[in-house]
Amino acid sequence: MEGTTSNGKFKVIGTRPIRHDGVDKVIGRAKYGADYAFPGMLHGKVLRSPHAHAKIKSINTAKALKLPGVKAVVTAADLPEAANRLEQAGEMAINPHHLSLNILARDKVLYDGHAIAAVAATSPHIAEEALKLIEVEYEVLPPVMTVDAAMKPGAPILLPDLRNREEGDKPTNVAQHYQFKRGDLEAGFKAADFVIEREFNTAMVHQGYIEPHNAVGIYNADGQATIYCSTQGAFEVRSLSAQVLGVAVGKIKVVPAEIGGGFGGKTTIYLEPLSVLLSKKTGHPVKLVMTRSEVLRASGPTSGSQIKVKMGATHDGKIVAAEVWMAYEAGAFPGSPVGAGAMCILAPYTIENLQIDAYDVVVNRPKTAAYRAPGASNAAMASETVIDEIAEKCGMDPLELRIKNGVHEGSPQVVGPPFKRIGFIETCEAIRHSDHYNSKLTGAHRGRGVASGFWFNAGMQSSATVNIHTDGTASVVTGSPDIGGSRASMAMITAEVLGLPVTDVRPVVADTDSIGHTDVTGGSRVTFATGMAVYEAAQDAARQLRERAAKVWEVKPEDVQLGDGAVSVKDTASFEKGEGKPPMTIKELATKLARTGGPISGRASVNARGVGPAFATTLIDVEVDPDTGKVQVLRCTVAQDVGKAIHPSYVEGQMQGGTAQGIGWGLNEEYFYDDKGVLRNTGLLDYRMPTCLDLPLIETAIVEVPNPGHPLGVRGVGEVSIVPPPAALANAIYRATGVRMTETPMSPPRLLKEMLKKRPGEESQSAAAD
Amino acid sequence: MATAIIPSLLRKFTNGEERVTARGRNVRELIADLNRQFPGLASHLLEGDDLKPSVAVSVDGEIGPGGIMEPIGESSEVHFLPAIGGGSDKARRRA
Repeated sequence: MEGTTSNGKFKVIGTRPIRHDGVDKVIGRAKYGADYAFPGMLHGKVLRSPHAHAKIKSINTAKALKLPGVKAVVTAADLPEAANRLEQAGEMAINPHHLSLNILARDKVLYDGHAIAAVAATSPHIAEEALKLIEVEYEVLPPVMTVDAAMKPGAPILLPDLRNREEGDKPTNVAQHYQFKRGDLEAGFKAADFVIEREFNTAMVHQGYIEPHNAVGIYNADGQATIYCSTQGAFEVRSLSAQVLGVAVGKIKVVPAEIGGGFGGKTTIYLEPLSVLLSKKTGHPVKLVMTRSEVLRASGPTSGSQIKVKMGATHDGKIVAAEVWMAYEAGAFPGSPVGAGAMCILAPYTIENLQIDAYDVVVNRPKTAAYRAPGASNAAMASETVIDEIAEKCGMDPLELRIKNGVHEGSPQVVGPPFKRIGFIETCEAIRHSDHYNSKLTGAHRGRGVASGFWFNAGMQSSATVNIHTDGTASVVTGSPDIGGSRASMAMITAEVLGLPVTDVRPVVADTDSIGHTDVTGGSRVTFATGMAVYEAAQDAARQLRERAAKVWEVKPEDVQLGDGAVSVKDTASFEKGEGKPPMTIKELATKLARTGGPISGRASVNARGVGPAFATTLIDVEVDPDTGKVQVLRCTVAQDVGKAIHPSYVEGQMQGGTAQGIGWGLNEEYFYDDKGVLRNTGLLDYRMPTCLDLPLIETAIVEVPNPGHPLGVRGVGEVSIVPPPAALANAIYRATGVRMTETPMSPPRLLKEMLKKRPGEESQSAAAD
Repeated sequence: MATAIIPSLLRKFTNGEERVTARGRNVRELIADLNRQFPGLASHLLEGDDLKPSVAVSVDGEIGPGGIMEPIGESSEVHFLPAIGGGSDKARRRA
């Protein structure tokens, strides 16, 4: 690769420069979605359903419209009817009908918080007052809150258009059934020395991003609209909003603001089309910002789930058969990540005989959205605790059992194709050699647990432009909103190729009119796929620099080389004899661009191949309070195969962030719905996410098994670390208390109840713990 | 001829066979040949002239970006999978 030293080692990649956007963020100058303001801007608010399941008999907006300061009210009647079938929207498959119904309910409300109408007024307070004047007549229906209830014969049906075609075209709440089979399950279980069968329930949890959803819509008289919003995918906001509004994609420009967390939850739309619709009605820019309560009630969490795992193994620790049944809450509309969960649940292991049945089930909860390795943490909670139990039964170290059964290059994936180069075993070895693993855990009520996890990672489409400025510095423009430090990584890749200092490369995140199509910042894909586009764009710029130098020197372009921020003629021998050309820095060459052909822009667009999947293994020590059931995490180490760490600090940050979220998922986070299906914990005081007081410094072991499908060896790093923690916690809790937990969160009341069951004569306290 | 691995829920069309052979220079032609051999199978894989948005195809271990246009070699292995998003539950998986 050009720009590297002769021994092939990187000069910039692998270092830890200060992020380019750091100063703006530290001093508060960075502009988030809610910071945008325009002359004449109105403020919007959304009326939301107080019922989990009800028919809408009528909506009367007359009184609201008469309130002074109110400029417009919109309902589903203002949106076009959308097609009721899966369609491609960019790279996303969506059902526009369901998407539209989630933006504004039409005939039915399907969850507490479901949007019904939106108001634009001269102040947010007037808009809020107007919501109270909108009269909605409901026919309340029984809510269906769990997959169990939704799958029962005779369960109330949420969506009349959902049909069960496996059983005679009947209405159903089961949107999809996936099945994966391999080998001979019956023979596999017969060959087992023992079989372990367990059932798990995991609670619905939210991504918990700090910044609420927001959007400013400006509709112009020429039919063009601009949306300013915090999003993980400006191009997705554009295509989805176009679907909902019934306009051409080219009529909408989306400007991505800085983003205060997303974790998958900002890959879809809620307020964006409403802002445009209200702007169109009023002729003014309209801003909407969710409250925290709205975020929790009405923006996509990830699925709660019910999972049954049956595994058979031999006494020497070989897993010979596995049968899995899993059902995930999709929320009000189809689309839970159960398919991904099914393909992840046994992914770290080679099991000859398996069957996985997975069901996507609609329930009266908010429509789920992506959340960091969607579906994989639930799945690992189930499989990785059973794996731990198998190790115990075999008298084996749990890591040893994982290594014995673990997948490597050539092992078949659950879905069939063999893995390419992967680093699962290496993550187990990294933990085995860690200081943490080799330290003793002593003390009462303490335990140590380990678990592993898998995530696919994604490729998809990305575009990049590298511009050489007249002073020899560069800018790198992409369409990937930066949610994890990707600006720095893109600048580092550019700097590495061009041989520039990273401070001479300015990374820019562009709007949808200023860069080629780029899919979401999600699926751990940005450093992989956008990084690939940046690498190719920088190579394109490097090629042009060589051509320009060749023109100046009147030599052939192939005789010019680029390295260490300068171009030179390859024939160094003639140079040494005084016959060659002295090297010329990019800064010097940049002053000659106008006279040698004009500005240099390197460009590349990719639909990336060569995705490298990710594995992580996590070790956790806990102490459990025997009187309260509270779990304190004492120490935690995560090992993850990242391929190649471009900026190790941000890789470690991703590993730590995912682990922190996995710990919150495992220990405390859950939605509390009452018997009417109304959410009762709609703030962060009651929706208990971990704080710095709950967590130790999470230690990281970066494993680098280069991905052969990427020019720099990159795999995605953003997601897989969230997968193992709930199971690692459950396994640690078992060693601390003797209790095998099969539900998340393993919160104090839930754990105390199980602990008290183990203590003779304390059954009454167990009941009290309910 | 390429080998197509049929998802378990669609093996009712292939008399329970998991692995069947089919001809085609790309996924489109392969599905057409599969449908000639096993009538009705294509309706579960195609919507109009394209793959169903819920279906992804892996050729020789990789879900290529070409979708229905993805080239197939003489001895390729072709798997039909659910299209599952990475980071987005709706995005077509590229892993």
